[in-house]
Order: sequence, then structure tokens, then C-alpha cells
Amino acid sequence: MRFFEYEAREIVKRAGIPVTDYGFTTDPQEAKEIAARIGSSTVIKSQVLSGGRMKAGGVKFADTPEEAEAHAKDILQLEINGHMPRGVLVDPKAEFEQEYYAGVVWDGTRKQPVMIFSPIGGIDIEQVAEEQPDKVGRRHFSNILPFGDFEAKEVIASTGVTGSALNKLTPILTKLAKLFVDNDMTLAEINPLARMADGSFIALDAHMDMENEARGRHKQLLKDLGVGDDETREAREPTAFELAGEAVDSQDHRGVAGNVTEFDGNLGLVIGAGGGSLTLFDAVRKYGGRPANYCEIGGNPSVSKAKGLAKLVLSKPGVDKIAVMMSIVSNTRVDIVARGVIAACLELGMDPAEKIAIFRIPGAWEEEGFKILEKYGVEYADRSVSLHEAASRAVEKIQGAAA
Amino acid sequence: MRVDGTFIGIDVADAIVDDSAIAAKLREVCPVDIYGDAEGKVQIVEGNVDECVLCRLCIDATSPEQVKVLKLYDNEASLA
Ligand code: SF4
Repeated sequence: MRFFEYEAREIVKRAGIPVTDYGFTTDPQEAKEIAARIGSSTVIKSQVLSGGRMKAGGVKFADTPEEAEAHAKDILQLEINGHMPRGVLVDPKAEFEQEYYAGVVWDGTRKQPVMIFSPIGGIDIEQVAEEQPDKVGRRHFSNILPFGDFEAKEVIASTGVTGSALNKLTPILTKLAKLFVDNDMTLAEINPLARMADGSFIALDAHMDMENEARGRHKQLLKDLGVGDDETREAREPTAFELAGEAVDSQDHRGVAGNVTEFDGNLGLVIGAGGGSLTLFDAVRKYGGRPANYCEIGGNPSVSKAKGLAKLVLSKPGVDKIAVMMSIVSNTRVDIVARGVIAACLELGMDPAEKIAIFRIPGAWEEEGFKILEKYGVEYADRSVSLHEAASRAVEKIQGAAA
Repeated sequence: MRVDGTFIGIDVADAIVDDSAIAAKLREVCPVDIYGDAEGKVQIVEGNVDECVLCRLCIDATSPEQVKVLKLYDNEASLA
């Protein structure tokens, strides 16, 4: 779950990392008051969960409180990439000497957080890593044991930063690491982290992303920040197809089926949850297929739920065939999914043998599942056929049908 | 009394349809609500028949041949 910039600043502030004397408001008059309190030039920033604010006119500089008010009024009415702003952040226009970068991200491969630091901030860290790799320090750390000062120093010093800056940056990195772990973040980034004329460091901007599943553990923080329980914070509003998928999934408590994301391809996917679905989605694309959707099915959904998902995908305009694929499953019955997808075809007046490009779900109750598929003439594959091979067969079939 | 779905058929011997104790038992054991017991009679909920998970609990709760679960996709093979 992504946080707005003003919320991320608050999280950083609570962690004991210095931030500017900013203010958040939804009212231009209040923006003027905040600018007057700041007492110097300000920058007015649209609070949207979207990039490209500067380019879209969502960031403006003001020399007087009146100018701040006028900018706030404009920005509050400005839609950016389909998003209306939550409000504006009024920030002092900081005069700094150098911009740095400090961030923590979750490394899913190592299953550990990694601290990233650079003395070059204010631009994307990926760009720095590409252009000046020696200026990016990294260090994985435990999410059980505290991130120690020596670890912070090691990361900072690896980029050539020494002396007073090294000492002053050390507690900022340790606090950032603690913030990341304590709040179940997947991203905690301060960019830029500015060195001011007096040598102190201040976080000028921050990006925070919390693990969605951890929201329940941080009710108080979310309440303090004013984040509603129903706020999904997705990058865009769900489509009618995606809402229909949610309805299928909430049909009963058994398993997962219907958690869909819409794309504009012609191959509908009824694919297993977790890493398997990502692998399969990528494999379909690798072989030149155009997925109509991404979805999750697993955990033993009922026949009617599997049927509901398959019907939804089959009814999507532009879908020619569906591919029903999963990794080897122990927690989802093959026969139940087979019944669901075949029933979907039959109820829609479609021939399962023609509409199901491939069924590749090996695992629990597969013999029973294969009997059902055989009866309806559906091409199926067992575990001797890899996920990639199954995806390529499905793509071949749909391309053959289109030719 | 027999009710067929697309994949599964349920056949309950006529002799036990009016047995309220069996009706209650079948309703209790089936994990996917295929049996009802309104007015003390065995009922088969047609919309749920294809949800059968082939667990045999209904067969074990009754005497031999009183309840048959048939796999319509497998030449009506009976769950023994
Ligand atoms: S076999 Fe199990 S699921 Fe099927 S009808 Fe009997 S009790 Fe219900």
C-alpha cells in the first residue's frame, strides 16, 4: 500500500529523522497560512499517488503566502494521470548543499531487506546505479536483529563518504532501517536526503510502501494518518471486469478464484495463485501470447467459484480461448477446477475442447480431473509438461486459430 | 430418487427418502450441502450436486446401496 508524500513525511518524522517544517492542507487559505508560518519561499506540491507531478504542473514555487494560496487553488483542481489530488503539501524551498539518497527495499530473492545509499540523490537511484555504480552502496540486513551503526557506516563509507557526513548519516540510516522493519514496509525511501549549509541532514522527500497484508498490524498508524479501511491505494480504479472478478471471489469462503487484473489480449488466463501465476503470465508473453487478464485461482475454490471465474474470463470481449494452468498443486483439487471450467464453457454454449487451449494442472486428484477432461475432449498435460511448455502450446493454439 | 448434475449424480434409494433420521444424518455429514431434510424427508439440492467432493461420508452414514454417488464423466462409475 502506497502512502502519499505527506503521510510518508509523517512516518519519517515519527522515526526521528529530521524533516522540513512542512504543512498539508486541502484549503488554499490554509496553504497561505502555512506559507506565512514558514516565512520564506515555499514549494506547493500536489498530493497524488502518481508520478510526473512536476511535468503536469502539480509542483509550483511561491515567494509569498499569497502566491502559495493561488498555486494551491490551481493545483487542488488539477487532475494528474487520472487522479485528483488528496491535498497539497506546502514545503519550505530548501537551500541545500548536496542531495543524497537513502532507501530500503525488500529483496524477495534473498528474503531480506537491503539498505541502499548514495551520495547522489534527487534523481532515480536506478539511473545512478547505471551511470556511477561505485556511488551506490548496498547491504542486506536481518529483519530480526537491529540494523547496527557499523552496518550503516559500512554502506555509507563504501560510496566514499567520510568524516562528519558519515557520522551524521549513520543514525539516519539506522532509523530508516528500523522504520522499514517496524512498519512492514516494502519500500522506505528518502530522496533527496539533503545536507544543509550547517552540515545537518534533512529528508526533503520520502516514498513509503507498506506490505498490504500487514495493514491489520498497523491500525493505529493508519488511523493517525487518516487512511480509511476501504482505501485500496491502487494505481487506478478497478475496471468493471475486475469488480466482477471480486464479486466471484467473494461468492463463498472456499479458495481464491476471481482476483483478476484486466489486459487487452485474446488469451484468457485461469492460472494458479502465487509465484506460479506470475511465471505463467510471463511465459505466455515470452511465447508471443497476449493475455486478456492476470488472475489467481487456488486454495480449493468451489466448483461454482471456478466456474464463475472461467465464465467471466470467457465472456470478456476479445477472448478467443482460455488457458487453465497451475504449478503442481497440493491444496487445490484438479477435478474440481476441471469441473468448474468445463461447466463454464457448457453454460455459455461453448465447446470446452475448442475453448480451453490447454489444461495443465497436475496435483491432487489429477486422475479424476483427467477423466473429466478426456470426456469433454480437452487437451490436458500432466507434470511431465513444464509450465513454459504448456504456455507455449496455449499460445501456438490461439495463434493457429487466428491464422 | 435420483438427481443428476453435469458431472455427478446422486441416487438415494426410495426406501429411505422418508426416514427423518437418515435425512438429518445426510444433511449433517455432507460438507457441500448436497442434502436437505425439509419435513423429515431426504432432499437433494440440485444446484449443489456438482460440488460433490467424493468424500463418501454420505455412503458411510447409510447402509450399503442406500445412497449412490455416480461419476457421470466416468460411465456412471459408482463411488464405492
Ligand atoms: S460423497 Fe461427500 S460430498 Fe459427495 S454427496 Fe456424499 S457426502 Fe456429499
